[in-house]
Amino acid sequence: MPHHVVARAAEIPPGSRKLVHVGERSIVIFNIKGDLFALSDKCPHKGGSLSKGRLTGLVESSSPGEYTYSRPGEIIRCPWHNWEFDVRTGRSWCDPKRLRLMNYAVTVEPGAKLVEGPYVAETFAVAVEDNYVVVETK
Amino acid sequence: MSDDWTGAIDCDFHPRAPTPRDLSRYMDEHWRDAVETRGIDAWDSIAYPANAPLTIRPDWREAGADEDPVAAAKVTLDRFGFAHAICNCLFPVQAFRDENLGAAFARAVNDWLAAEWLAKDARLRGSVVLPIQSTERAVDEIERRAGDPRFVQVLMLAFGEHPLGKSRYWPIYAAAERHSFTVGIHAGSSYHHAVTGSGWPTYYLEDYAAQSQGFHTQLGSLIAEGVFVKFPRLKVVLIESGVTWLPPYLWRLAKFWRGVRNEVPWIDRSPEAFVRDHVRLTAQPFDAPSGAEHIGRLMDQLQSDTMLLFATDFPHWQYDGDAMLPPGVSPALRRKILIDNPLATYPRLERSP
Repeated sequence: MPHHVVARAAEIPPGSRKLVHVGERSIVIFNIKGDLFALSDKCPHKGGSLSKGRLTGLVESSSPGEYTYSRPGEIIRCPWHNWEFDVRTGRSWCDPKRLRLMNYAVTVEPGAKLVEGPYVAETFAVAVEDNYVVVETK
Repeated sequence: MSDDWTGAIDCDFHPRAPTPRDLSRYMDEHWRDAVETRGIDAWDSIAYPANAPLTIRPDWREAGADEDPVAAAKVTLDRFGFAHAICNCLFPVQAFRDENLGAAFARAVNDWLAAEWLAKDARLRGSVVLPIQSTERAVDEIERRAGDPRFVQVLMLAFGEHPLGKSRYWPIYAAAERHSFTVGIHAGSSYHHAVTGSGWPTYYLEDYAAQSQGFHTQLGSLIAEGVFVKFPRLKVVLIESGVTWLPPYLWRLAKFWRGVRNEVPWIDRSPEAFVRDHVRLTAQPFDAPSGAEHIGRLMDQLQSDTMLLFATDFPHWQYDGDAMLPPGVSPALRRKILIDNPLATYPRLERSP
């Protein structure tokens, strides 16, 4: 279960996202109010890059003509065909059982811990005094 | 036995449309006088012109088979042992501009149907023709017929003033649901607008072929506006719409829904699920090539064996001889189409005497 250091924590503040690459994989990391979520960047429909999509809220209805808007900033829409995915789970709205994004465990670790290993920092040097985003691939 | 039609329920059966003079006998004094004074001695739509080949099959034309219930039964109910036939009168009530006149004629059409057809053959059932010009008057007409179990459906047309899912029509669906009426949408138009989205076609051929566009519009509207969410017990029958246009249209509807569903969040499952739960189609005309493989493919695409309803579309010329169903229908499916599906679609049919 390799762990990959993919970004400095400060690069992904709350409300933002970052596209990272781990080997062949493109992974988009979202920060929702301090919680990080790492999802495959590739839409399972036609392969659009979700990191370029629009973050919105969840639109629901109790009756025709009634709208409720909740969870702002937690739904990502694919930029190609507008399909919606829940950032917290990776599941699509339209077909949540079959259409979902691979999600990855993601944590923030202090540099001091990372330099001890077994973490893989492929793209940049780790400084002891900084914090880093670590993605675990299966 | 593949030629056994006993107990079948014919879900689209047309008495010959009455003339305004026939109907004026069923009107009150004011409207009877108005028909006379204004000289309304003919009122026909171009949907089924009297001499068009489609309007009546040649052998039935010769026999005058649609003129009265005895002649009609001879070539349909008596001949095959149908249990019921649901009469859809196509007198073009919907084409009147004056909603009061429309309501007077709708009431007369329904009284005429009850007296001249339903009262004369206990197997016949009727659709309530609605004066769709006014939602309020349409609801009045539904309430007026609710106590007569021979009426099992309310009838609208594929083209009108507005898409049928609009909330202005919801009181009609509320009344239909309240009294367990099925909602029938038949090919045809009020002819207040062209039967295409881009103007009037020139020929009858175009007009008839364009009807499925009207059904696209109505089905999309009923789903998107949330009619089936608002009225969860409602059943809608698309009558004489053809059948094979439906799967490609549903594919498009479901695909686009995935991208824009946040505009219609009450549509909380894929549109084809609403169609399977709420929408039925009469199986004449069955608009596919003649091979037996097409029915199987259609059933696969619809993913439902409950959606097709038997219909002769009498006296329209949709088939020759006794070929009332397309080839390739299995015995089990045949039983569903002829009997089980109609019974499940028309709750008032089960209860009626």
